[in-house]
Amino acid sequence: MTIDWLNFTPLSSLAGGLLLGIAASLLFIYSGRILGITGILEGLLPPKLGDTAWRFAFLLGLMVSPLVGQWLLPVDALHAPQIDASWPMLILAGLLVGVGTRWGAGCTSGHGICGLSRLSLRSLIATLSFMATGFLTVFVIRHVL
Amino acid sequence: MQRLIEFCAGLIFGLGLLLSGMTDPSKVQAFLDLAGQWDPSLAFVMGGGVLMAMLGFGIAKRKNKSLSGQVFHWPELRHVDRALILGSLIFGIGWGLAGFCPGPALVSMASGEVKAVVFVLAMLSGIVWFDRITRRAQEPLACAKDCP
Repeated sequence: MTIDWLNFTPLSSLAGGLLLGIAASLLFIYSGRILGITGILEGLLPPKLGDTAWRFAFLLGLMVSPLVGQWLLPVDALHAPQIDASWPMLILAGLLVGVGTRWGAGCTSGHGICGLSRLSLRSLIATLSFMATGFLTVFVIRHVL
Repeated sequence: MQRLIEFCAGLIFGLGLLLSGMTDPSKVQAFLDLAGQWDPSLAFVMGGGVLMAMLGFGIAKRKNKSLSGQVFHWPELRHVDRALILGSLIFGIGWGLAGFCPGPALVSMASGEVKAVVFVLAMLSGIVWFDRITRRAQEPLACAKDCP
């Protein structure tokens, strides 16, 4: 293993992580809701009466973040994302992420951040599971195929 | 007021994803690539997020009601089952293949990345499709004739 010091960004990543934790705390303390992107999306597919407004409000905030970020965040934090996956690969990956997060009842936000911080055994097992196949998948596509 | 706070939570979450590097799939894959040039940054994202959220949930635990006056929707499931593990394993494969998980994909879509739009559409189809097959498996007799 060699560490990629050139692209290593401990400070901005830690600061970004703290913001994720602040957002999760805010949503729970104020509205009593768990900040899990999968869970929030699921509640809208299909929408259930009386349970949609907070989901839309949250998602709207999430969607305007790139716009607000343009004048709030440091310029070097806003480099254009590089997406290496091919089109068919993206579709396959999207389907797997959709099915997997639905079946496993959570993703990196719900299990990874909220669950781990609540010391939930379920979320620990889920996080270890998706990290394991995440590492394995990248190993296979980068070093085996 | 409540909608505004929820909007802000979404906004702060999105800014956090952008600042941390999570919205860049190549950075996510560089974190998942232990055997190559490893970029440990995302461990700091997770660390910072968990620490801060621990504080938040710690505060909530000492209260009966949320600030908006509603009950806390604490997750109720406790058991570890096949669905949790298999689902998460499948999610990890998709995460590794594209470098996107749901939150960053939505933010990336909002900043106009066409590839992220395609990923999100596939992801939503995956969710809906899974719901459909599991619902059919649950009530095969009740809706054998005229399923909606």
